[in-house]
Amino acid sequence: MAAKGRGRGIAAFTFNIEALGISRASLPEATLGPKPLFPDVEYKPVPLSSGEDEEYMLGLKQEMRCTMKRLPFNVTKPEEKAGVERYREMYAQANGKGKRNEWTPEVKKEPKISSSKEKEELLDKLNDLEKKDEKSDEEKGEKAEENEDEDKEEAEAEEYDEEEVEEENDYIASYFEDGDDYGAGSDDNMDEATY
Amino acid sequence: MTTQEVRLCGLLLQEHYGEVVEKVGTHLLRNGALMLRAIAHETSTPLDLVKKSLCVLIQHGLCGFRSGRRGVEYHLNGERILRVLRYPRYIYTAKTLYGDAGELIVEEVLQRGHMTMSHAVRTVADRLTHNMEEGCSMDYSEVVSAFSRLVETHFLQRCPSIAEPSATPVDAVPPVPVAVPTLAENHPDRYTLPQISLKGRGKRRLSSEENEGDERAGKRARLDEDHSESSGDEGIYWQVNFDRFHQHFRDQAIVSAVAGKMDQTSSEIVRTMLRMSEVTTTPSAAYTQPLSANEIFRALPPSYSISRPVLEQYLSLLVDDPVRLLLLLDCGSDLHKALANLARATLESVVQERFGSRSARIFRLLLRKRHLEQKQVEDFAMIPAKEAKEMLYALLSANLVQLQEIPKTPDHAPSRTFYLYTVNPLPTARMLLQHCYKAVANLIERRLHETKENKRLLEKSQRIEAILASLQASGAEPAQLTEVEEMITAPERQQLEALRHHVNKLDSSENQVDETVFLLESYINSTMNTR
Repeated sequence: MAAKGRGRGIAAFTFNIEALGISRASLPEATLGPKPLFPDVEYKPVPLSSGEDEEYMLGLKQEMRCTMKRLPFNVTKPEEKAGVERYREMYAQANGKGKRNEWTPEVKKEPKISSSKEKEELLDKLNDLEKKDEKSDEEKGEKAEENEDEDKEEAEAEEYDEEEVEEENDYIASYFEDGDDYGAGSDDNMDEATY
Repeated sequence: MTTQEVRLCGLLLQEHYGEVVEKVGTHLLRNGALMLRAIAHETSTPLDLVKKSLCVLIQHGLCGFRSGRRGVEYHLNGERILRVLRYPRYIYTAKTLYGDAGELIVEEVLQRGHMTMSHAVRTVADRLTHNMEEGCSMDYSEVVSAFSRLVETHFLQRCPSIAEPSATPVDAVPPVPVAVPTLAENHPDRYTLPQISLKGRGKRRLSSEENEGDERAGKRARLDEDHSESSGDEGIYWQVNFDRFHQHFRDQAIVSAVAGKMDQTSSEIVRTMLRMSEVTTTPSAAYTQPLSANEIFRALPPSYSISRPVLEQYLSLLVDDPVRLLLLLDCGSDLHKALANLARATLESVVQERFGSRSARIFRLLLRKRHLEQKQVEDFAMIPAKEAKEMLYALLSANLVQLQEIPKTPDHAPSRTFYLYTVNPLPTARMLLQHCYKAVANLIERRLHETKENKRLLEKSQRIEAILASLQASGAEPAQLTEVEEMITAPERQQLEALRHHVNKLDSSENQVDETVFLLESYINSTMNTR
């Protein structure tokens, strides 16, 4: 008996609207759907207070953001090594930017130091080799990746890389062995391009 | 932690400490205390990265550890992460109080979490020397004196140190650590300066010492009590005492409110009273120390030379003020009341800005009169019935006003029930606080979006600036310089300028929303403490 809503007066409310002082006519229309994501505001918001204090704090905030990025506390994930950026990374590590990744909470510090020395040795070796031979980017990539490993594994990789490179194309490797002829005098007085 | 808080914490962690820390941090926030392996497994991050992140978090005091059922569990302190928003305000306060040296000290300690005094002094002296002209250098003693003053006024405090385990270390069950706030017992030790001799110490050892302690013991509890192992300066780390800064901000807010309501002199009186009870009042005290009028009179700054009877008059004014800031009996300040008033003022201004001044009038009315019927609201607010109804329903749908039913009959018949409108300050304050967190998170995201969209342009301008700098350093002609400058076209310059303007606005907004956050948080904490 209480729920007479179905039969008649479908739009009857469960409360007494007269007690609340509203009439049916004054009710707003039924909403059809969710509210807009950025609704219009009736009143403009108060403007930001901008004084000397606020500007100083703004400067502080931005500076702090910058410095936090450079501190060793900013833990970055070592990126997946793509094939391409090898060159830069080698020089970047030699410059000392790699120090960030070197900070790990190890109890024993000694092995860490020696492995970084190893790294430096390897890098020097690589630089020397690079000057002598012509290598592809891939090779350098694989070398830089194997910083932590030992030398002999490195040597193996070198040989393997060379073989791989040799097989990759049709050119006979002997044509491209830089010995004394590499860039030495072949361009003199030649008008046609070298291939 | 609510969703909004977790989201904001994640964004803050990412900005300051990188993605890895953010991932680990949000996972901990969502899932409570976890063990190391669990974290590594569930976030699918390599173990050493997880270790690194946890070390960073512990170093900055964001993460704590305790012994759980099966091992060491790490838990994140979400509230502490939200403090990161307030760092500029802390640094600026230190600057106003203690000058450049104080500012740099606080900045360094905030950036590094924990620091030894000697390290801080040296770094700050280097930075100050860097900014001075050639030939002058900053003396250590000035920096040391600034540091001492910061410690004396409790803005800096010692970190709790690692206690020696009494039982056998690793395999035994580690002692359950005492929760950190046992400050009362250590009051003398927390703020004593060590006898330092400035010898050379490497920077790395700071983090490695902490980490060694963590890793080796792994489960060593950090107790507050026994830090008598301080040897010289090593092992004594200092951190920022946030509660003290918050106390200071609160006092500032009270003083400026009094100044706004009355005049400058009364605000000075209140400031003096608060300053006198600064060091002796614990942060969550309801009342400051009772002070006699004599003491206040003597402690007033000499520039405000008012006579004794005038002081008495001011005091009686403050006591009789309906804000009830001062109590006559003990002449202490009612801090909780003050905070409640400040929070209430914040709520009222929010309503005013969003809904207009008339709705604000209704809101204030409801705050004062607690429960009112529809008809009474119209009468008291002197607003026509129809508009009053609309405004009330707008406030109701925004959840700023609640409806209380009081039935006359047991069957709750609508025609025989009173419907009263009311405002509950505490839940409303909580809701607004969540809105603030959401707002700050949105601001940060928008700023990241803006910088990401214009990344190419930003990088280009950075490169050009670098080129310009190097050219100028090597002494190039003006023609070359202008040529390089012209590499950025005029529309690009405009775009850059607009970007800078937007980013500044967004940053500034974050700072200012944080002020509201501070007020609301203090109010909620003080109310919860009194219950």
